[in-house]
Amino acid sequence: MALLGLDSLRKSYGALAVTQDFSLQVEAGDLVGILGPNGAGKTTLFNLITGTVRPDSGRVQFDGRDVTTVDASQRCHMGIARSFQVPHPFVGMTVYENILVGATFGRGAGDPRRRALDVMQQTGMAARANTLAGSLTLLDRKRLEMARALAADPKLLLLDEIAGGLTDSECVSLLETIRDIHATGVTIIWIEHVVHALMSVAKRLVVVDFGRKVIEGVPAEVMASSAVKSIYMGEDALD
Amino acid sequence: MSEPTIVRSTRGSRIAASAVLVLVAAIAAAPWWANSADLRLITEILFFLALASMWNLLAGYAGLISVGQHAYVGLGGYMMFSCVLFWGMNPLWSIPLAGLLAAAVSVPVAWLVFRLKGAYFAIGTWVVAEVFRLLAAQMSSLGGGSGLSIPVSAMRALGGRTERELLIYFTAFALSLGTLLLIWLVLRSRVGLALTAIRDNEVASSSLGVRIGRIKLGVYVLVAALTAMLGALIFVTKLRISPDAAFSMNDWTVFVIFIVVIGGIGTLEGPIIGTLLYFLLREFLADLGAVYLLILGAMAIAIMLVAPRGLWGLIVTKWDFAVFPVGYRVRMPRD
Repeated sequence: MALLGLDSLRKSYGALAVTQDFSLQVEAGDLVGILGPNGAGKTTLFNLITGTVRPDSGRVQFDGRDVTTVDASQRCHMGIARSFQVPHPFVGMTVYENILVGATFGRGAGDPRRRALDVMQQTGMAARANTLAGSLTLLDRKRLEMARALAADPKLLLLDEIAGGLTDSECVSLLETIRDIHATGVTIIWIEHVVHALMSVAKRLVVVDFGRKVIEGVPAEVMASSAVKSIYMGEDALD
Repeated sequence: MSEPTIVRSTRGSRIAASAVLVLVAAIAAAPWWANSADLRLITEILFFLALASMWNLLAGYAGLISVGQHAYVGLGGYMMFSCVLFWGMNPLWSIPLAGLLAAAVSVPVAWLVFRLKGAYFAIGTWVVAEVFRLLAAQMSSLGGGSGLSIPVSAMRALGGRTERELLIYFTAFALSLGTLLLIWLVLRSRVGLALTAIRDNEVASSSLGVRIGRIKLGVYVLVAALTAMLGALIFVTKLRISPDAAFSMNDWTVFVIFIVVIGGIGTLEGPIIGTLLYFLLREFLADLGAVYLLILGAMAIAIMLVAPRGLWGLIVTKWDFAVFPVGYRVRMPRD
């Protein structure tokens, strides 16, 4: 039984179909990378998985339950947490308080204050503990997104473009953090444009374009496929 | 290395808290140092302090921009009159009943207006208040459109003149400051953490597991009940009620919003600063008539432009300081 099952999802905004007949199975313990050009519908996919947006048709299954009509907060209780591509920090709260929200209202059991402290150390945010999230730099805001989601103790963690703009050493430490999280048994789906970062941790890649799944498989094979070349380099590249 | 610890107050906030306690003691002792007119003014300040703090909880934290809170002030006032006229009750004992009635009424109202978002929600709450006013005007046993006064006998039941004034003053003191204390405790609790998150970002809060709908409903019902209790007491002090006075948008909603916006929305301290400023302005400018309202309006616009987060917002952005701390600070161990 897959942890997450997406079954023929469709979502349109007016005439614009952002998700078309999208199906995907993610097994527990997997680390799936999602690639695709801007506007391909990757973030909408996350919105559909977390319940921020409801599909026009199709079903979302999580942990053996049909959660298509379950709202975002309850899906979080069940074990789905995400980071937002455009950071949504609680600007008037400190870094610690931001993380505490996830620890308090997420799936986690036990003392939320303790858990928030642990996550803050794990994600390297401890030095900014008492800084208002509104005064963080973009990079720190992205890191906070991940920390907050992690504090909710998810079974499935969705990361939306968190490596963009990082220096090489920052990227290495981010990859280390992601490997650590994955090693604790968290299933991860990661949308990322920084292909080398994604390639180094993903066990499987899914390529999305025009709201459809173009190809899915082992990273090296997917990257070598003609479908990916045509999306990123145009049809001519195939000649 | 020892563990980091979580602290919820700072040295500054503890000093401020002692100052606040002294102030509260002074207000409690007002009957011994103030004359009747001053007592009435303090009572009114306390009422607006509570109304503003409640509207701030509703709009500043839960994101429910209601412009129809006068619905519940009026409902409380009319409930008090009903209790006195129909059941011969002591006016002050009608206060808890007004709270219960408003809580019961606010649930179906919420069911209706919560379907609306943003500006539509605001207008919806306004319409509800207007409907309440029109209904009150239809009830001829409660004076219809022209209103009525509390029977002298009902006020005599509260004791002689001095005794009555003291009783009403201390009820106002307890109800208003009790409301402030309750709001502070709510904001310090788990629910408060959720409310602060909702204040800053609803989408992120719900994806982190905060049950937004439930919390908003809870806040709406709580504020409706407390507003009606206050409304009941307000009309005990006014001795007279009419639909226009009870459901006055200017008195119970517009001035309250002014107070919260200039003081600093979404902070506990903002409404307190705003109330003090509002009464200062009123004491100095009330003689100017309509010009006074023009000045208030101009001030509100000026403050919104210069300090969109209000006067307290100016302070908070400069210093991490709170008189009524609700947050969590991490104290790292020194190594």
